[in-house]
Amino acid sequence: MAYSDKLLDHYENPRNVGSLDKNDPDVGTGLVGAPACGDVMKLQIRVSDDGVIEDAKFKTFGCGSAIASSSLVTEWVKGKTVDEALTIKNTDVANELNLPPVKIHCSVLAEDAIKAAVADWQQKHGMARTVKPDTVQGDRAALLERGVLKSGI
Amino acid sequence: MKIPIYMDYHATTPVDRRVLEAMLPYFCDDYGNAASKSHAFGWRAEEAVEAAREEVAKLIGASAKEIVWTSGATESDNLAVKGVAQFYQSKGKHLVTCKTEHKAVLDSMHALERQGFEVTFLDVEKDGRLDPGRLEAALRKDTTLVSIMHANNETGAVHPIEEIGRVTRAAGVLFHCDAVQGVGKIPFDVEKANVDLASLSAHKMYGPKGMGALYVRRKPRVRLVAQMDGGGHERGFRSGTLNVPGIVGFGKAAELARLEGATEAERVLALRERLRKGLQAGLDLLTVNGSLAHRVPGNLNVSFAYVEGEALMMAIKDVAVSSGSACTSASLEPSYVLRAMGITEDLAHSSIRFGLGRFTTAEEVDHVVRLVVEKVGKLREMSPLYEMVKEGVDLSQIEWANPH
Repeated sequence: MAYSDKLLDHYENPRNVGSLDKNDPDVGTGLVGAPACGDVMKLQIRVSDDGVIEDAKFKTFGCGSAIASSSLVTEWVKGKTVDEALTIKNTDVANELNLPPVKIHCSVLAEDAIKAAVADWQQKHGMARTVKPDTVQGDRAALLERGVLKSGI
Repeated sequence: MKIPIYMDYHATTPVDRRVLEAMLPYFCDDYGNAASKSHAFGWRAEEAVEAAREEVAKLIGASAKEIVWTSGATESDNLAVKGVAQFYQSKGKHLVTCKTEHKAVLDSMHALERQGFEVTFLDVEKDGRLDPGRLEAALRKDTTLVSIMHANNETGAVHPIEEIGRVTRAAGVLFHCDAVQGVGKIPFDVEKANVDLASLSAHKMYGPKGMGALYVRRKPRVRLVAQMDGGGHERGFRSGTLNVPGIVGFGKAAELARLEGATEAERVLALRERLRKGLQAGLDLLTVNGSLAHRVPGNLNVSFAYVEGEALMMAIKDVAVSSGSACTSASLEPSYVLRAMGITEDLAHSSIRFGLGRFTTAEEVDHVVRLVVEKVGKLREMSPLYEMVKEGVDLSQIEWANPH
């Protein structure tokens, strides 16, 4: 499959790989996708008191397009306010990386990851979620209690 | 060492230079049509075609008259499956195959289903092999054909074809074997395995592309409905002017396989084991897919847990391999072969097929081991799943939303 130079650059030199402290109240974590689908993205943002995203980190299990999409959105959200970050659409990601049609779902996942991270941050701050939470379903409280899920994941 | 490194010998093999040399005269000098019976150009072409037929037959324990030239294994599979099913349909309309067969067999079967045939698609065991008992239980009075491959193209797992042949022979059912991945690499004998029809491909054994053969047993005689009508070439089984240079190349490739196959298999097996042990020494959470004991020498199919296959292929872009990951296909479904073996979807997404062969060197294997170990390590550092597992999270307990 022929990939764009931008995509290859993000894949080969991914920006902002890593993790932030998920227990930090200023950190929002989004985990989207599913291993069975071949794509799981974890996006974390650290938000300042005035609502600006100061830092973003990602880890992704997925193909080159998924890795590049998540790398790209970490760059894009940094310096933006939470509300601005939520305006990033999957089509923006797909256009920037020139994703082939079969890889559009990677950009959808990247958009979902932003929303999930923001939702987690909003919840930590007692705000009403303006976007949907991450896509890990089930009884989170019970999973946390059993130690299956760590808080923030 | 030359970069890029080719480790995709199941997809195709390079033409052996000796094969090319044998073919060359048949393009510009001895260019006759093998069906021209009235002049020397035709006679010379026919002579070369018949010598090649002898060689291909000899390699699989058949007689020359039982070899039908085709354009490749896809055509051979179509001709065998559809040709037999249609010819014997007054006797019965039930066919049996297994879920891990090549698409050329599976889709031929699906085409027959649309024509009113009934097909049983058998499950395989966890090691990718068919249990002959499962086959025996599936046979019915109206079963006319069983189609089971010799070695699987993804996992290299070798089916117990001699036992399968005993079952089909005892039941009086014809046995077609897609022998593409086994012939020339491991012993394959149509008599020992009671095979009635066998598909062969030249380009999987260092011959040219676009060249195949179908073995059709004469004693007891197997009959077919031709799928290609025309001038009645190949005893009416397959019309069309013969690809003389391709046939000559196939013959030479078969001769080389017969003379050198056993030594080569030993060498390739040693390299495969060097690769496997090197990867296992350097990485944890690695699983070999398919039987290790019953496997073609050049195949290693491995899942690197928590790393997606296409991402790994991009990371080792100077090494040509293939993956069971959905991301390498347009379908977004991971390998149906691995899924049929009960391998979970996430591990199917993480699989890489290494195919070693005649021109693979130890130096290349060592380079690939180093590269894969490094890149899998890097991708796992980037993998949220690996991080979660290392933190003690049981991934199977998580209910992931939006599956697909």
